[in-house]
Amino acid sequence: MNVLIDKFDVFAGGFWLTLQICILAAIGALILGAVVAVLRISPVPPLRGLGTSYVNVFRNMPLTVVMFFAAFGLPALGSNADFLRIPVIDSLFARLGTDLPYFRFALIALVLYTAAFVCEALRSGVNAVPAGQAEAARSLGLTFGQNLRHVVLPQSWQASVVPLGSVIIAMIKNSALAGFFGVVGDLSAAADQLTGAEGYAFIPVAIGISIGYLIMTVPLGALLDRIEKRQAVAR
Amino acid sequence: MRMKRVAAVAAVAALALGLTACGDDDGGEGTGAGSKSFTAGSTMEKLNKAQKIKVGTKFDQPGFGQKGLSGKPEGFDVEIAKIIVKELGIPEDKIEYVETPSKVREDVIVNGTVDFVAATYTINDKRKERIAFAGPYYEAGQNILVKKDDTTITGPDSFKDGTKKVCSVTGSTPAETIKTYVKDVGTQLVLFDTYDKCRDALKGGQVDAVTTDNVILLGYIAKDEASFKLAGTNFTKEPYGIGVKKEDADFRSFINDALDKAVGDGSWKKAWDDTAGKFGAELGSAPTINRY
Repeated sequence: MNVLIDKFDVFAGGFWLTLQICILAAIGALILGAVVAVLRISPVPPLRGLGTSYVNVFRNMPLTVVMFFAAFGLPALGSNADFLRIPVIDSLFARLGTDLPYFRFALIALVLYTAAFVCEALRSGVNAVPAGQAEAARSLGLTFGQNLRHVVLPQSWQASVVPLGSVIIAMIKNSALAGFFGVVGDLSAAADQLTGAEGYAFIPVAIGISIGYLIMTVPLGALLDRIEKRQAVAR
Repeated sequence: MRMKRVAAVAAVAALALGLTACGDDDGGEGTGAGSKSFTAGSTMEKLNKAQKIKVGTKFDQPGFGQKGLSGKPEGFDVEIAKIIVKELGIPEDKIEYVETPSKVREDVIVNGTVDFVAATYTINDKRKERIAFAGPYYEAGQNILVKKDDTTITGPDSFKDGTKKVCSVTGSTPAETIKTYVKDVGTQLVLFDTYDKCRDALKGGQVDAVTTDNVILLGYIAKDEASFKLAGTNFTKEPYGIGVKKEDADFRSFINDALDKAVGDGSWKKAWDDTAGKFGAELGSAPTINRY
């Protein structure tokens, strides 16, 4: 088990990189997912269809395949995802600004895939708002946008928080795939390096990276439980 | 060649089917099939008695161990494994090949999943802490693959200024070696699970170079001479050995004898010429077996 102490810097570095991917992907997925959710509940049929197709495609495709498309399909199309090199952010998250595109590819795949689940979580929250609320708002003459902003979304958030949290936890675990698509040094790639080139036994290394993921996911889960309890009181 | 092999297999099978063994008696209670006899209780005797063996090798390394449409891996490692298995008096068709990517090789030996590993397995001290090596049976060296028209990369030192990007495979020795040359691992090094992906990344321009043992790179050049070339000369020595259980000194020295014998009778060279030698890689003279 002394691999955990000897190679602590490898685990810590892996944890830090995985955390960076997860923070960026979570932000991206929440924004994109919200957009898709608005499309899906909008009164305009073509937009609804667009949202529905998006969810159907990305919710039913294995993440591995999405990752493959991102990491090997985009280069084949001649893209290095340079549009993600957003000024300021790329200096905070150093990997965004490098010439190596694989960090950005992994991000794109995670965002696209997770957004479908975010959309569904948000929609389930919207469905939890009694229909009478939206109808009352309509009868007051509020437009669709105003209706969402002032009546439906503020109430739907409460019901969405817990499923959203589960989606983000799933996304953190899914980020382990990035290490197999060209991202060097995240938790899963670190395990590969330690068991392969360095020849450490598999089980202690696996325990080490598991701890890394648990540090990220367990507090999030605990937070969700607390929010849920608070909601129960609020009702 | 084919006929000879069939005949050999048939002969071994016939012997296994109950013709009495008449090997030289070396003091022990030696028993065995196929005109071989081994010390009682040794790994060799156990394998010979069982008449089957599990060998770990690569399934994705051209020229060494690559599984094609035939369903059996082919290459230099596989031929070396066959030579050893033949010495054990076990017919070739009784070998069960297990895929052993770089990262699992020590584990499958320690756990006894396979009886030995022949998989472009570089001998190094870190690995010797957990397993033991017979051999070496070949000495490769790390080199760099670049695009044909690239003149900027001339060797590993070209990565020191922090601009050139290089690809290798997770858990491999070359990946660890190149880390000592690059300025910033995070922005210069890409790791995949197979070299095929690295080659595609080089072709697509995501990376400027691929680095690993020269023989593997030569395999890629042989398939696509118009696009790739080697940059410079080998900058490391990578002796390939056969991995066995650490405590099994008898089996190790038995394999060493088998390798010595193969070098002597020309089957070692023939194995090379039939496989990786086709890529134009130099075999050189046989490396000295390291008995420790």
